Formats: sequence, structure tokens, C-alpha cells
Amino acid sequence: MPLYRHGQAFLRGLPEGKGVVVMPGSVRQKAVILDREGIRRALTRIAHEIIERNKGTENLALIGIRSRGVPLARRLAQRILQIEGREVPVGMLDITLYRDDLGTLSPHPQVQRTEVDFRVEGKTIVLVDDVMFTGRTIRAALDAVMDLGRPKLIQLAVLVDRGHRELPIRADYVGKNVPTSRREDVAVLLDETDGDEKVIITEEDKT
Amino acid sequence: MARMKKDLLGLEGAGEREINQILDMAASMKEIMGRQIKKVPTLRGKTVVNMFYEPSTRTRTSFELAAKYLSADAVNISSSTSSAVKGESLKDTAATIAALGADVVVLRHPMAGAPHLLAGTIKPAVINAGDGAHEHPTQALLDLFTVREKKGRISGLQVAIVGDITHSRVARSDIWGFTAMGASVRLCGPATLIPAEIERTGARCCTRMEDALEGADVVIMLRIQLERQRQGLFPGIREYGRLYGLNRERLALAARDALVMHPGPVNRGVEISHDVADGVQSVINEQVTNGVAVRMALLYLLAGGGAVEAAD
Repeated sequence: MPLYRHGQAFLRGLPEGKGVVVMPGSVRQKAVILDREGIRRALTRIAHEIIERNKGTENLALIGIRSRGVPLARRLAQRILQIEGREVPVGMLDITLYRDDLGTLSPHPQVQRTEVDFRVEGKTIVLVDDVMFTGRTIRAALDAVMDLGRPKLIQLAVLVDRGHRELPIRADYVGKNVPTSRREDVAVLLDETDGDEKVIITEEDKT
Repeated sequence: MARMKKDLLGLEGAGEREINQILDMAASMKEIMGRQIKKVPTLRGKTVVNMFYEPSTRTRTSFELAAKYLSADAVNISSSTSSAVKGESLKDTAATIAALGADVVVLRHPMAGAPHLLAGTIKPAVINAGDGAHEHPTQALLDLFTVREKKGRISGLQVAIVGDITHSRVARSDIWGFTAMGASVRLCGPATLIPAEIERTGARCCTRMEDALEGADVVIMLRIQLERQRQGLFPGIREYGRLYGLNRERLALAARDALVMHPGPVNRGVEISHDVADGVQSVINEQVTNGVAVRMALLYLLAGGGAVEAAD
């Protein structure tokens, strides 16, 4: 099963890099944080919170951070449609070109396409990602969105917040707060990308 | 063992997988060029040096813009303003540039093999921007990108390349590139300007232009390089235009949705007529735009140590 280390998702599948490919077998699953139902409920709650906080869906748009933020953003948009009967636009963002560690990465990771087909000017943008860790991905995403235009407001929704922030950034909507140690990893598996649906904590076997 | 390529010297021997990797990356880069703010911070602090020992507007500007869109610093050196006029050798000039801290050197040179010489002697990545009549890989990559974008595929297409094949580095790189991607290449031009044994590349030669155009999906017209015609191999502009110029009647022989391409600069009325150059099938201007995207992708890949896996 393809697991990945959070914060390095964009490196998955590359032949070299920093702790990129997590080999099955060398990783031990410690606990299931969210199962299928848990993910469903968390997303439903976040959708309600987004609508409540913004008093509706006026000017609202969701932008998913590649790769697993994209299916999550689509699901949130679907729920918002069910609740409010309004469609909100969904974009996808690749933050590779905005990373602060490119200088240390050789080779450079593959760049996926950014697809934001709406104008971000004056909009309330909700960035969506799967796991929040150091905050560096979100920092890069903020810069990437700013280069597309000047939104009125940017909010952040994440499925899991695992702590260990290295930047003064916090999420507005959190599916679940999970205290972790740095040695552990949080893996989000989604039907769209992984053919399974759960959030697990893993730890590398020292043996 | 997978090995990373440091340089882009030519498309001879390039594989479908690595070409596709560059084209995919270029597609991501093209999105940036469509933005209001055409700049990403990716290559901040990196330096790209353009060494052009031959005149060029579009390729040099294209590399310069590609570097700037990625926030790299770009420095241009042309032969007339460099120490080359004082007799400094290419190798010494390059060593100086490497010592000044360049990360990528883009080289155009009248001698075939000059970039290969550099690549073996200096640490920065070297990109061949045209070496003599040998290769012009970035032009071929932008041609491939344009065809893939317009047609959705390259494999199985019939590609006609018409003009002075002997002196054309674009033709050589295009032959390698399109053949590697699974297209069939037909060549056409005056018999004096078709090199011997070119069919060993897998391309087919046609004497009559009509045969080359018949059912072609892509028509690449080469510029008649009058600066390289000194040996009496060229029949004369009017005769050339009559026999090998692309006009509307000839284009009708190609597939109905055939693309018309030209590496530029265009000699209107010689190798291509005005109405075809400006016609709906012409993608000449899009080629220029795509050239920047392809070069951004290459600068990104090579400044990061090269993510293109070489086949061992």
C-alpha cells in the first residue's frame, strides 16, 4: 500500500530524495485515527462550519492543495451544495514551485499543474489540505494563491492537524487534532487517490 | 542504476519517457505564463548565463524570459561583446563563467559539438541552444509540445519536414524527437540539401513535395538559411519557392487538420506563403509561446541537478 510521509507528498514516487518512498513492511501502523465514517463526519462538520463562519456561500471558493487536498476540496464543495443548494468553484494548486527547500532538493520534484479557473480577486478562498504539520506547505500555498490575484480573505481547512508547527500559521477548520511525535507519520488514505479511506498513524520500524 | 542527466545536449538517443516528463512539466509551466503575475520564486538565487556565439532573437529572449519567470538571474553574452573577440577560447570563457557562479549555461555556437565540449569541462548544467548544423533540442521539444497539445498525441502521426535538411539543426533534433515519440517522419528538399544516409535515422526522404505532404498531420517548414548557402547547392530563391514553398494548394494535400509549423524567422513568400503563415492551421506564434514554457521546464529540471533519468 503506498503510504507517504506528510509534508513530502509531492515527492512520492521519485527515485531519490529525503525519506521519500516509504516501503511497505518497514512501517508499522500504530493506530487508526479516523475511519471511513470518521472522515465523512469530519468533512460534513467542516462544510457546515465554513457556511456558518462565512454566513453562506457568497464569494466563496475552495482550493485544494495537491495531491490529497484536491479530492477533499471536491467533497467539501459537494456537501456545501447539498446543504445550501449553491455550487462553489473548486481549484487545485501545486505548490512545488513555491517550496522553501528546493535549493536542498536534487533532483527537483515533478511539477503538477495548477488549475484555478476562476478569478480569486475579492473572493473568500478556503485552502484545503489533508494534514497540517510544519506549516511550510501552507506558507507556500499562501504565496501561490497571492500570485494568482488578491483574495479578500483566505481560510484554511485541514482534515488532520498533527502539530509541530515551524511557522506562525493555524487552521480555521480542523477535522481532528492529533498529537504526534516527530518520529511518527500521519497517512491519509482516500478512495480517489489510494482506493481506501482512513487516517492512520505509522511509525518506522527500528529493526 | 538510475543516473541523473546534468545537461541537455541533444535529442539523439532520448527516450519517450524522459521527453514526456519534460513536456508534462512544460504544461505546468505554461499555466504560469497565462497568469497576470508571470513569476514564481522557484529559482531565486540561481544564475542562468546565455552565451550566444551566433545571432538570435527568439531563442535568446525565450531563454531569458524563461529564467526571469522562474526568478533566476539571467545574463546574456554575445560573441561580439565577449572576450572571444580578444581571442579567448570557448573553454576559457566558460571556465570564467562557471567561476563567476553560473548554475546553468545556455550555449549557441556555430560549431557542432561545442556544448558537448563545455559539458565535459564545467560544473554548471549546459543547455544546447543550437550547435552548428547538429542539434537544436529545445526547438524540437517545443515542436513536440505544440503537436502534443494540439493533437493530443504524437505517436502514429505523419510529420513532414521540408527544406534544407543538410544545414538544419532543427530538422535533426526534430527527426530524433518525433521518431522517439513514435511518429513517422518524411523529409523533403532539393536533392543537394538532403544529407546522405539520413534515412538511417528512421526518416523517409521524398523528392517531390507533394509526396511528402500527402496525408501529413504536421508540416514543419524550415527556414532557408541564406547565410549557410555558399557552396552552390541552393537552386535560387524563386525556383526554391516554386518547388518547395508551402502554399494553400499544396497544403490541401495534407490532412485536413494538419498543423503548419515553422521554427522562425519566416521568409514569407519563399518557404511559406503569406496566407498559409497566417492561416488557421498555422501554429507558428504558439510555437514561440510554448518555447518559453519548455525552456522554463528545462531550467527548473537542470538547475535542480536534473530530474531526467538517463537510460543506461
